[in-house]
Amino acid sequence: MRNRELTRPEKSQATFEPRIVAFFCNWCTYLAADLAGTSRMKYSPNVRVIRVMCSGRVDPQFVLDAFAHGADGVFIGGCHPGDCHYQEGNYKTLRRFHLLKRVLQQMGIEDERCRLEWISAAEADRVRSTINDMVEKVRALGPLDLIPTEDKVSAEEVAV
Amino acid sequence: MPEIRSPGDGANREPPRVGVYVCHCGTNIAGTVDVKAVTEYAAKLPGVVVSRDYKYMCSDPGQALIQQDISEHNVNRVVVASCSPLLHEPTFRRVLSRAGINSFFLQMVNIREHVSWVHLDKQAATEKTKDLVRAAVRRVSLHKPLQKRRVPINPNVLVVGGGIAGIHAALTLADAGKQVYLVEREPTIGGHMAKFDKTFPTLDCAACILTPKMTSVGSHPHITLWTYSEIVKVEGYVGNYKVQVKRKPRYIHEDLCIGCQECITACVYKEGKTPDQFNLGLSKRKPVYLPFPQAVPQKVVIDPETCIQFKSGKCKKTCVEACGERQAIDFTQTEKFEEIEVGTIILATGFKTFDASRHPYYGYGRYPNVYTSLEVERLINAAGPTGGEVVLRDGTRPKSVGIIHCVGSRDANTNRWCSKVCCMYSLKLAHLIKERTGAEVYNFYIDMRTPGKGYEEFYDRLLDEGVHFVRGRVAEVSDWAVHPSEEGKLVIRAEDTLAAFVRRIPVDMVVLSVGLEPQADVQEVRRLFNISCSTEGWFLERHPKLAPVSTFTEGVYIAGACQGPKDIPDSVAQAGAAAAEALALIDAQFVELEPYTAFISEEECSGCKSCIPLCPYQAISFVEDKKKAAINEVLCKGCGTCVAACPSGSIQQNFFEDDEIFEEIEGVLAYA
Repeated sequence: MRNRELTRPEKSQATFEPRIVAFFCNWCTYLAADLAGTSRMKYSPNVRVIRVMCSGRVDPQFVLDAFAHGADGVFIGGCHPGDCHYQEGNYKTLRRFHLLKRVLQQMGIEDERCRLEWISAAEADRVRSTINDMVEKVRALGPLDLIPTEDKVSAEEVAV
Repeated sequence: MPEIRSPGDGANREPPRVGVYVCHCGTNIAGTVDVKAVTEYAAKLPGVVVSRDYKYMCSDPGQALIQQDISEHNVNRVVVASCSPLLHEPTFRRVLSRAGINSFFLQMVNIREHVSWVHLDKQAATEKTKDLVRAAVRRVSLHKPLQKRRVPINPNVLVVGGGIAGIHAALTLADAGKQVYLVEREPTIGGHMAKFDKTFPTLDCAACILTPKMTSVGSHPHITLWTYSEIVKVEGYVGNYKVQVKRKPRYIHEDLCIGCQECITACVYKEGKTPDQFNLGLSKRKPVYLPFPQAVPQKVVIDPETCIQFKSGKCKKTCVEACGERQAIDFTQTEKFEEIEVGTIILATGFKTFDASRHPYYGYGRYPNVYTSLEVERLINAAGPTGGEVVLRDGTRPKSVGIIHCVGSRDANTNRWCSKVCCMYSLKLAHLIKERTGAEVYNFYIDMRTPGKGYEEFYDRLLDEGVHFVRGRVAEVSDWAVHPSEEGKLVIRAEDTLAAFVRRIPVDMVVLSVGLEPQADVQEVRRLFNISCSTEGWFLERHPKLAPVSTFTEGVYIAGACQGPKDIPDSVAQAGAAAAEALALIDAQFVELEPYTAFISEEECSGCKSCIPLCPYQAISFVEDKKKAAINEVLCKGCGTCVAACPSGSIQQNFFEDDEIFEEIEGVLAYA
């Protein structure tokens, strides 16, 4: 496991803007996000997209690392079941995702903060609606209070 | 700032000197993102030695800017914040190569498609851009030099679908000397075009222009034509596809049948009893049949569903007798599977027409004299079921005909798209019906769409010919007469939106101009070839303007109406384009593949074998004597699934290494 210095900032509910890290598959959701752009659809600016070749590349540690470094939500976008560019990478993602959700639950991270969606290259509108929906849900939850600042020791434990 | 960790290469141990280039893209980006602020912000980031903005980074002066900084400021890592990497990553990688540094020392930041075009709040968009640029600067510092892999291209081409698009693509490639496999599902090539009598707007005879091309396909030395066949499996990658083709049994030896059709005459069925698919059920055929007189190949087919020999095994087999010494008939034939190797694939699988019974209020299937446009094409065709006579079901000539446009097009209840060809073919049918029968012809349209060479002129001609045009969507077709003049007729009720009242027009025959739809099995086909579809089900092109026949799978091209509704000229043009793309690839003799493969660090591998079952390409094996896993780079396609699963972190993926992605995650989240 990896040790990293935490840069998690303090956030106040009043000026809270959720920060969401997204991992998009190069062949479907990333293209759908490109299509949302060329179609000039408008959505919340709270998401930062990281491109991977397949959602199967998303190591659960990426998700934990994002939460540990200040993400309020993580959004993984992959191809629909049966449509994986690499045959079955998305099934592996799904398996890991279920396990990861249980870990997150035990850490007290709410269900809505981590989301896996199947979005094909043509479904630009689903990129828009999913991002907007997720931003609103995470906004309602408030900042992710993962690391009490006074408790540095436990913070390091949580930060994998 | 992380130091560069590059085990084993040693080539890039010098500290990172990052150049950041922020593109305005005219006002596309600069209109929503404060590019100056981003540039100034980037200049202060650790490791950045130059940070510039420019109106069009992809232009020659923009590219020269980067090249100059690489040579003058010793920039060794480049971040370009502009459009999607899918558009210009190759452009900027070439700039790095030209400037003498490894092209993978580049990181693109997508601030147009993912930022400026999707956000309205300039401040938020600028902040987002800064986050993304910061992450890219941190990530690019870790990039390692990589080399693309070169693989040879097999010059053979597979064309799927034998309609006009597939025929044209196959002939173009074969004339260029390439070996082409043309695979068609039906027993003959020709597709929809073979069913038409005339083509708009020139009214040249479809058969006269199509059949020469069909026979060329049948006799071309470089074309292997497999009709009555389907693709069942596709493996491999660009330049090196392995394809399995299922050849359905015709119960006829294709090499022995000479197309004399004596078996058809001799069949124990004196008359045909099965609806003839080619004539859309307007005529009947026997169990042994030739789809249509000009079919290519000229080989009959036996339909086991209706043949007495197959049903009871007790037929007199007069067909076998008639075939005589040729012995072309073989009731024991079974399906065969052929394996072929090709480098490129062109999909030209076409369309299907809208099922008119989905619009119950137009009476298709209820009133015998309501026809679809394709059925009327067959009636008009001289080789059709009535020998070119436009007649009603009772054999009489219609005195009045109503043509209803946009059936299954431009309709929120069925298909929203415009099928593009219906206005023109409706005009053509109106002309031909009037010419053949002298009937009064009414066209009911929403808008008349006639863009195309000579199309508007054709519409003008129809206006002069006295065809009636009613602008308005038809509400219903019924046989409910409210006036003596409507007795025994079909009444079309429509709002005439130009005259502003509801018309009731009694006619003898109704023609429904059905729209074009994706094939029913389009999802299975696209999965077979690993390509995408639009939500409607049309095959998705790589770029709607700049790569209209390419797909996101290298070496797989699309042509004709499988990509969207298209008329014959457009289908042929696309087929030519797809053939040219395939030729360009073949003549380059090799193709470069992205080096995003995975590799194993042997000293860290614990030999747990977790990764082995994850690979769908069997690229990972277990080396027994070392007790370690090994990845075959040739088989690895670079998805990274094994990388994410390795418990000891000993598998890495080129360009998507753990450290690079962690740096990107922490980069976007690091508050300034």
